[in-house]
Amino acid sequence: MIKKVTRRNVLRTGTAAALAAALPLPAFAQGGGPRIVVVGGGFAGATCARQIKLADRKNIVILVETNPTFYACPSSNAVIAGLRDIREQRFNYEALGAVGVALVFRPATKIDPQTRTVTVDGDITFPYDRLVLAPGVDFRWNTIKGYDEAAAEKMPHAWKAGEQTLLLRRQLAAMHDGGLVIISVPANPVRCPTAPYERASLIAHFIKTQKPRSKLIILDAKDSFSQQQLFQAAWRELYPGIIEWQSLSNDGKVVSVNPATNTVTTDFGEHKASVVNVIPPQKAARIAEIAGVADRTGWCPIDPITFESRLQPNIHVIGDAAISGAMAKSAFSANAQAKACAIAVLARLRGETPSPTKLINTCHSLIAPDYGISIAGVYRPVEGQFVDVEGAGGTSPADAPRSVRALEATYAEASYKSITAEVFG
Amino acid sequence: MHVSRAVFPAAFIVCIGLTLLALPTGVASAASLEPPAGATACSGCHPMSEKTSIKFKIPFTRLAGRDPREIESAMQAFRSGQRPSTIMERIARGFSEEEIHAIAVWLAAQQQQLDSASDD
Repeated sequence: MIKKVTRRNVLRTGTAAALAAALPLPAFAQGGGPRIVVVGGGFAGATCARQIKLADRKNIVILVETNPTFYACPSSNAVIAGLRDIREQRFNYEALGAVGVALVFRPATKIDPQTRTVTVDGDITFPYDRLVLAPGVDFRWNTIKGYDEAAAEKMPHAWKAGEQTLLLRRQLAAMHDGGLVIISVPANPVRCPTAPYERASLIAHFIKTQKPRSKLIILDAKDSFSQQQLFQAAWRELYPGIIEWQSLSNDGKVVSVNPATNTVTTDFGEHKASVVNVIPPQKAARIAEIAGVADRTGWCPIDPITFESRLQPNIHVIGDAAISGAMAKSAFSANAQAKACAIAVLARLRGETPSPTKLINTCHSLIAPDYGISIAGVYRPVEGQFVDVEGAGGTSPADAPRSVRALEATYAEASYKSITAEVFG
Repeated sequence: MHVSRAVFPAAFIVCIGLTLLALPTGVASAASLEPPAGATACSGCHPMSEKTSIKFKIPFTRLAGRDPREIESAMQAFRSGQRPSTIMERIARGFSEEEIHAIAVWLAAQQQQLDSASDD
């Protein structure tokens, strides 16, 4: 008798991989249709796996993800600033299991585009007809000299949510009044290019309300940033004298760190701080490199209509790891790409070519609990890359009244609830 | 179905009707009607199922199953700036009248997402 795999026994087993080894694949992941493996269970991967399964229950969809618990990055800056409980960032994959997505909670270790197989920790191999890679980012350790995984335990990045978020939170809470906070910001492309400035804003709110003699310096490897005018105007209004932004051309680029002394060094200067948050330079996660879908930039070139890798057949890449032109790397982008990719995967499996689509990105940032701003864009594929649809998109107006800022702050929370409900709820 | 016959060609109604009949669950499959450009992105904020909307207390308007004329006129008003908004104006300007019409029709035809049908 072929055992029916339900949500319950997948979860009870802890990992579906044990079941995979014991059962022939079609029984393990019910269906009988094409086999789609999705690697990575963030906003991109979880959305895509769910959509492909919902489109036709016969599709065999396997989600490979290291952690059974997901901590969402959007809104995690509020946790760092003491405004939000980490539990509001925590999600699991029960809803995906319930619709019949097979869950494999192990890291993917190998991808072979020739034999079309994904191998996970424990040497268990899953064949696929189509592979969707949504692995997110890895850090380029030691690009900033001295900043490695061990250093991150002392100088948190908090750029993958969870324990790192809490570590930065604890350090801020323990800081003496009068302490200096440093945020080191890398050059683009990075996951969520707006988030460093939201983080700075909310930490400044924490400083203003709880450690008023403290200061914050942003050391930036860029000369400009997303929604800069809006952020800086709000900082002048809400946090005068608290935030100092040091641009690339003003010696803002951090070149080395010393975790033992909590010191960061730029080309011409040195800063010793109470709390140092290093957001490291990034690239597509390692498994993308192993699969051969990352190019020399460290990111994954794709066809913007099908999301197929330009380097390997039968593999689609979505989310932060993909090179997506004008589309910023955000949870909303990842979710929108994933839904379009799901349609493309299904079309390809039918031997069809999907029609070009348009994608949307929106991103809300909190500058204070009652002060929100946003950026939005509409994108279309042109000559192999996503470009802005002219006349669309843009930021909140510079002259909006506080009532609009307050409204956008409520939308920040609402959009978080909404997107996490669609992906994990 | 909250689909008004007046705004649809007859063939379109037949097409949706057949698709629904063909599915044992009676729920529109995502594959039953290829979404037009941009349409699937909406659910990043606007929940598809009523259940999600209620369960997670999401304040954004649920679009699935709504009268397509309402969606269309709202989008046109955002696009022209006639209706004040925060981001909808910036998004609506990215779509032509034809695209807005197609999105409205598609959203209206989405009874609910299969995820809510699958909860047991």
